[in-house]
Amino acid sequence: MTNAWVIATIVAVIAGVVGFFVVLRGSAFPAHAIPNGAFAGAAGANLLGANTLVGLGVFSLLAALGIGRLGRRGRHDVATALALVVMLALGAAFLSRSSEYEPVIYSLLFGEVLGVSSTEIFPVAVLGLVCIAAVIFLYRPLMLSSVVPEIAEARGVRADRMEMAFLVVLAAATTITVPVVGALLIFSLMIGPPAAARSFTDRPPLAILLSVGIALVTVWAAIASSYESNWPIGFFVGAIGAFSYAVGRGWAAWRRAA
Amino acid sequence: MTDAPRPPNDGGEILAVDGVSVSLAGRQILDDVTFRVGTGEFTGLIGSNGAGKTTLLRVILGLQRPAAGEVRMLDQPRGRRNRSIGYVPQKVLLDPDMPMRARDLVALGIDGHRFGFPMPSKARRAAVDEMLRAVAADGFADARVGNLSGGEQQRVLIAHALISRPRLLLLDEPLANLDPGNREEIIGLLRRIATEQHIAIVLSAHEINPLLPVMDRIVYIAAGRAASGTTDEVVRTEVLSALYGHHVDVIHVHGRVLVVGGPGESGEADIPADPACRVG
Repeated sequence: MTNAWVIATIVAVIAGVVGFFVVLRGSAFPAHAIPNGAFAGAAGANLLGANTLVGLGVFSLLAALGIGRLGRRGRHDVATALALVVMLALGAAFLSRSSEYEPVIYSLLFGEVLGVSSTEIFPVAVLGLVCIAAVIFLYRPLMLSSVVPEIAEARGVRADRMEMAFLVVLAAATTITVPVVGALLIFSLMIGPPAAARSFTDRPPLAILLSVGIALVTVWAAIASSYESNWPIGFFVGAIGAFSYAVGRGWAAWRRAA
Repeated sequence: MTDAPRPPNDGGEILAVDGVSVSLAGRQILDDVTFRVGTGEFTGLIGSNGAGKTTLLRVILGLQRPAAGEVRMLDQPRGRRNRSIGYVPQKVLLDPDMPMRARDLVALGIDGHRFGFPMPSKARRAAVDEMLRAVAADGFADARVGNLSGGEQQRVLIAHALISRPRLLLLDEPLANLDPGNREEIIGLLRRIATEQHIAIVLSAHEINPLLPVMDRIVYIAAGRAASGTTDEVVRTEVLSALYGHHVDVIHVHGRVLVVGGPGESGEADIPADPACRVG
């Protein structure tokens, strides 16, 4: 049970930080597609009897590179949709070959925090630190490129390189978070808390901290609720994430009216 | 036409555009464009929509490689010019939901291209405050930048561009979508910045009249070609007719300029869209 809390806390911090840029850049669709790539990777690793985390990492990285590469010459949403479809199809194929069908697919899609073993904590923590370090390193140019891409280009910050770098960070974040909250619902953790945070503050660094805070509360509450009710943790993550966003919008509306 | 007399506040030339030609997808956008910009000078880059103004600005910024010719910042070694040019692009869309105050966007202008997280400091804050005051944006420094009006956002973007202390400031159609009052204020602000801070300003616009009182130099673009000099030298019937490749009349009415296409020409599209001036 301690493992669950530790790993969920790491996941919340990563999702809160990376999610801030997902929302800022309007990258919600890639944030949905890459976890599905990760899902295929996990299914494939499971089939081969390999480490799930490696499968997750390799496939989310492939999805990120594919989206970044294809999106450069054409429409980003089309490239993302195609990556999503290919990954889902692969995931379905891998799962159909696998003997342990139901529990695996269920936990990959909807999350399984209570099954986390202590050996998984170390790699997840390391990858999490790498993720945070990458965001801190990229902070200024990523911010500039997200907010005023034409000016960033003029100052030598190339939008396509920033996009690729960010997608790779997103892939790393996905690798960490998918086993806990699931491929289908990780998306809610990367969108709900940062979107809610935007309603409460006008300062970017504060919005990131707030986003992490809301993600932590969301995940902790989700674990507790899931443990008590025996409902999937993903349900609670999705519901609480959406609820926090609604509260944020309500707060913003109330503040405007006041 | 390229050798205009230098205005009195000139402290030397800062930008040289020499014989620049650009073709995009087989279509010639710019054809042998040559002009100079002096320190602290206000240059109007005038031409109708699609004349090649944005492409020319992109060439100056180093974002578009010319097929022929070259652009040089005269205080910099060849090939290095990004850092000393400030840029305010056309139609910047700032998301109203974005958690960013006007002052945060200005601060990004200091060193937004560098890696790492910016450490807050008194010096940074002072620099941002000073710049916000310089563009008269201190009144809405702490407001969400996406919620500001077009004219207010324009001021914030100018402050963002100026805070890195460039020698040259490029603005792409900054007056489009502004009402006449705001337009006057932005023009006055830019004129002051050019004179007081000795920053050369190149501003693109499709309307010539609002800029007539402030321009030291005009670069008039039509059909990919350019004529430069003082307004009196360039905005003349014979110069613009040669530029357009057909006869146009330059008419002066009550201190305003009207450029009218010749009879039988389908030249209406080439003429600077200047509805206010046509009515007058």
